[in-house]
Order: sequence, then structure tokens, then C-alpha cells
Amino acid sequence: MIDYSEIDDIPGTTIFTADRARRGYHLNQFCMSLMKAENRERFKQNERAYLDEWPMTEEQKQAVLDRDYNKLLELGGNIYFLAKLFASDGLSYVQAVSTMTGMSVEEYQKMMLNGGRSIEGWRSKSKGI
Amino acid sequence: MARITAGVTTSHVPAIGAAIDLGKTEEDYWKPVFAGYEWTKKWAKENPPDVVILCYNDHGSAMSLKMIPTFAIGIADQFQPCDEGYGPRPVPVVEGHPDLAIHIAQSLILDEFDITMMNELDVDHGLTVPLSLVYGQCEKWPTKVIPIAVNVVTYPQPTGNRCFNLGKAIRRAVESYPEDLSVQVWGTGGMSHQIQGPRAGLINKEWDNAFMDRLLTDPEGLAKVPHIEYLREAGAEGIELIMWLIMRGALGDKVRELHRFYHVPASNTAVGHLVWEPAAA
Ligand SMILES: [Fe+2]
Repeated sequence: MIDYSEIDDIPGTTIFTADRARRGYHLNQFCMSLMKAENRERFKQNERAYLDEWPMTEEQKQAVLDRDYNKLLELGGNIYFLAKLFASDGLSYVQAVSTMTGMSVEEYQKMMLNGGRSIEGWRSKSKGI
Repeated sequence: MARITAGVTTSHVPAIGAAIDLGKTEEDYWKPVFAGYEWTKKWAKENPPDVVILCYNDHGSAMSLKMIPTFAIGIADQFQPCDEGYGPRPVPVVEGHPDLAIHIAQSLILDEFDITMMNELDVDHGLTVPLSLVYGQCEKWPTKVIPIAVNVVTYPQPTGNRCFNLGKAIRRAVESYPEDLSVQVWGTGGMSHQIQGPRAGLINKEWDNAFMDRLLTDPEGLAKVPHIEYLREAGAEGIELIMWLIMRGALGDKVRELHRFYHVPASNTAVGHLVWEPAAA
């Protein structure tokens, strides 16, 4: 068996494993469907009805409606697929990504301009480094 | 005989493509990013290849999760830029080189790299942003392109060592093609970045610069670096850097550095860029 202990030990990070790709399959395929302009239009008109066309779990559907990206990662979403959802909302990567950090867009942008998030303290949950 | 004449690596940040498409390259935020490519644009004009083998990854744009090939090669005549949710980028269609692509695919498979052949492949920012950075805005890309798509999205990705050896096998394949063609190999993606979860925004300048140094002087050692180090030190999405090892493997043992550039930030990402050429052993 693959040992995930080190991967799971990275703080604030959800690695998109083959197992998550399986669990999030329909969620991610739904996101991809938004690459078509006519689907984006239909989704915008009635998000819930559009989601109900997909065999996703209720939890996944709710997290999409809430645009809760951390939750979507946990439920098998992958950020590159989720990007189709925030792109449909007209958000840039920076705007959407910052929502996962607990920072405002401005704070997040400022951090990036100052050289990004330092890795110190973000290497290992168990070692606290 | 076809020859590998140069290698290029570059980040392929989507926002860079948007900045080019929307005419923002002179803005204060973007100016220093594009300044790092001025040398390359001039070099690219003076050294036009016949074909670029462009190693990139699809970002859930053309390939979905229906099938997850570890390595895939585009053997079509043409590759269309995809609509990633913002509408397709206003860039030219990418022209392929089916004959060389099929030769490479066959050669790789017989060399025990079981690459997936794609007769249809729309290409996303991973492939078009590097072309825009090197060739700017144009009516037609000045080179043919053979896309090689690497799974860097779903773990486990291929190892760095596998990518390094794939580069070597690409070199053997190119050198066994009878027509006299100048071929460049590009590795794209990276450098350090993470665009998900509470750790998003991670940048690791020391690691990135050490990566470029080792790629030059100690590629065998660098190829042994395990996935966990990329994921931890360069961010969850920094693992794209394994694709730079394909370029390195393709250039042969000795290389000469022509140009290097590093800048933070572009959007969420550390931008790294290299132009190297094979050196006589
Ligand atoms: Fe990428």
C-alpha cells in the first residue's frame, strides 16, 4: 500500500490522490461541463437544477452552491477543475484562491507582492515546522 | 538527421496569458515579468526551430478525469486552444507535426515508454502561455509544436527520474528521425506555487533557485528527489517542475546556460525561465 502519512502531514494542503480523483469524479466532471458557454448560462439560470443533473452527493452540491472551496477540496474536488466554477463566476485565480486562506483578496495580494507565503511553519503538522 | 538544438523551461501561469491578451504587459505589476523574456524573444527570432516538443500538463481542460494518461503525445495536424471558462484565448491554432510525432511515439514505445497517442487534443494555458511568452502576439505561431502532456494533477505523478529518462528517450527518438530538422524541447510549469487550501500562496525562493542550479549541474541527483519534497517545499502545484527534467534529459549530458530568469510573483506563482543549449561533451 502507498504510505500517505507524509503527504497528509503537509499543513493546509489537500493532495489530489487517485482515491480523491475517484470520489470527486462527478464533481470534477460537472466543473468541466462549465467550459461550454451554453452550460455556464444554464447553470447561472438555475444552479440547483443544473447540479441535480449530476450524480454528485448532496454535500458536494451544497459546497458548490456555497462556493466553499476548502470543503470542495475535501470532497474530492481538484483545484484545476474547480477553476472552471470560479471562472464562470468571473473570478481570477487570486480572487478565488484567497478565499481558502482566511485572508481578504487585498491581504493575499499583498502577501504575494512581498514574496509569497514563507514556508517556515508550513512544512509539517506533526513536527510543527 | 533531426537534432535537438535548445531547451527552454518556463512557468505557464494563466494570468500571464491574460495579461498578454488584454494588453497589460506594460503595467507596473507585469512589466518585470515580461522583462525577463525580452532576451528570449530576440533569441527565438534568431534561432527559429522547425519543431518544438512542448512538455506541459492539461489542467482539467481537455483531458478530464475520464482517462488519466501519465504521458500523452499529440499526433494531430492541429490543436485548438480551449475555453477554460473565460472563453478561448485569442491565440493562433497550434500546428502539429504528425510525422515526427508518430515517429517519436513509436520510438518511445519501443524504448519502453508506453506513451498514449492523442489524435484529438485541445490545448490549454499550459501549452499556449509558453508560446505567447516566447513568440508574443502573432497571427501564426512561427513553429510547429508536438504537445507532450504529463499527468501532474493526480497523485502519483510520474517520478522525476521517469521524466528525466523520458527526456533522454525523446533525444534518441529525435536523433533517429531522418529529416534534417531543428527541434527544441520545452519543459513548462512551476516554479513554487500552491493554489489550494489554507497554505495557498506558498513560495520557496531558495528551493526554486537550488532546483535550477541542480538541473544544470547535477540532474541525476535532482531526478532522485521524491514527490513529497516537491509537494512540501515547492507547494502542491509546484510538482509541475518534474516536467523541467524532461527538457534536461533531452539536452544530453553537458549543457550551456544562455539565459536565466526568476521573479516573484505572477498571480500565485514564482516565475522561472531558462534557455539552454546542448554543449559538446
Ligand atoms: Fe500548470
